[in-house]
Amino acid sequence: MADMYSKKVMDHFYRPRNTGEMKKPDAVGEVGNPVCGDVMKIYIKVKGGRIDGIRFQTMGCAAAIATSSMVTELAKGKTLEDAQKITRQDVADALSGLPPIKMHCSNLAADALHAAIGNYLKGAEKARAEKKD
Amino acid sequence: MVTMPKAYLDHAATTPVSGEVLRAMEPFFSKRPGNASSLHAYGREAKEALDSARAQVASALFCSPDEIVFTSGGTESDNLAIKGACLANRHKGNHIITSKIEHPAVLATCRFLEKQGFAVTYLPVSKEGFVSPQDVEGAITQKTILVTVMHANNEIGTIQPIAEIGKIANGKGVLFHTDAVQTAGKIKTDVNGLGVGMLSLSAHKLYGPKGVGALFVRKGVRLEPLAHGGEHERSLRAGTENVAGIVGLGCAMALAQKGMENEALREQRLRDRIIETALSEIGDSWLNGSRQSRLPGNANLGFKYIEGEGLVLLLDGKGIAASTGSACSSMRLEPSHVLTAIGLPPEDAHGSLRLTLGKGTTESQVDHLLEVLPGVVRKLRKMSPMRKGLEWKGTEAGHG
Repeated sequence: MADMYSKKVMDHFYRPRNTGEMKKPDAVGEVGNPVCGDVMKIYIKVKGGRIDGIRFQTMGCAAAIATSSMVTELAKGKTLEDAQKITRQDVADALSGLPPIKMHCSNLAADALHAAIGNYLKGAEKARAEKKD
Repeated sequence: MVTMPKAYLDHAATTPVSGEVLRAMEPFFSKRPGNASSLHAYGREAKEALDSARAQVASALFCSPDEIVFTSGGTESDNLAIKGACLANRHKGNHIITSKIEHPAVLATCRFLEKQGFAVTYLPVSKEGFVSPQDVEGAITQKTILVTVMHANNEIGTIQPIAEIGKIANGKGVLFHTDAVQTAGKIKTDVNGLGVGMLSLSAHKLYGPKGVGALFVRKGVRLEPLAHGGEHERSLRAGTENVAGIVGLGCAMALAQKGMENEALREQRLRDRIIETALSEIGDSWLNGSRQSRLPGNANLGFKYIEGEGLVLLLDGKGIAASTGSACSSMRLEPSHVLTAIGLPPEDAHGSLRLTLGKGTTESQVDHLLEVLPGVVRKLRKMSPMRKGLEWKGTEAGHG
């Protein structure tokens, strides 16, 4: 089984970066479904339009954990705009590829990141609207 | 250099060929190359080797040697039994009864037969994985021509009440087959006590080679062959016999009979230690399958909030070979049909771990597993967004 994964996937699976719950995040994005065996949660802190802090929690297979870890590395320090451009393919490429069967089901990390950024922007917009009132 | 302790705990997947079996097989590759169908001395030597292996297998199953058909393994034995019996008996009816937790070799064969016009009843199982003999009785109709229920389940280790099911099937005059791939050589497989008309087994699960197995076919049971050709194996299985493999199977079966009870007790003690320690040290965990009627070497544990593939790979990193019923480890991305059939919700079926012990399993390997397992579960749970509250009852809480 370990054979179907690249060295990079195994590295991020054995030593995942930026794991654990974040206290007082600016926004959270959650995707997946426990029924399918994959749930990803990404926490972000935003400062000056950039991702200043990022952490993840994932229940899922090695690919799910590795993609979560990789997306946090890719997004760290990026502007929200650039972070939103990170695609599933970018995450898979940065991991030197994923087994075809895992491309869809376990490659949700970019979606979780986009959900977190989306929630942040919605929150910011709401705050602006409230200020105007 | 300190070598990492290793523990192969996946004996339900396959077992290593024992030295004695390997030595018995070796001459039949080059030194004794005969085809058992040849008339000359080489052929006679091969034929004698087949006869003696047939007697060894028959003795372990308490049947007559001419009731043994050698095959390429468990899957072929199941296919020959089920398709063979259904095709030979279709004038009598078209109904098959099986269970929802059979091995894919049985389930996929039944689904194939459904496409050919047969009707199949897939019986449910209890939470512990038992097929109810009453359910079998209730499902038998005038059209039922075959009942097939596995002796013990390969994932959760539940041993079925085969003798009771056999009584019912025989009482109604319905042919009864059991897949004994997980039990042959491990616990007693007496075809008369079990009341079966056919029984499948595989050599590589009992310290024999891969690619060889056998089907017991009771005298008088009619089968349509799947492979047509020469008159090998009473014309039930054409093709030059795998002499070396069959010799290996015979030797492995004979060896398994020696000290079977002691080995079963030894594995059972190790298994119980794994179950008891893991369940008491790791919270939100459970045992899949039956506590009592269980294969001696099978422990199938469930852990909440995590996924089995990660568990297997982290254990692999610690030198421990195990397996899981998680979807992510299969190509279909669905959780195990067995864990689903015993009523586990999918999210719980994903977190299963199967540890299967064998002759090579030692006390110190079990120590190593029990040292490593809590930390591995903890590592994955720390990462999991599903975790609720504190799940540690053991002493591991401060570590990792």
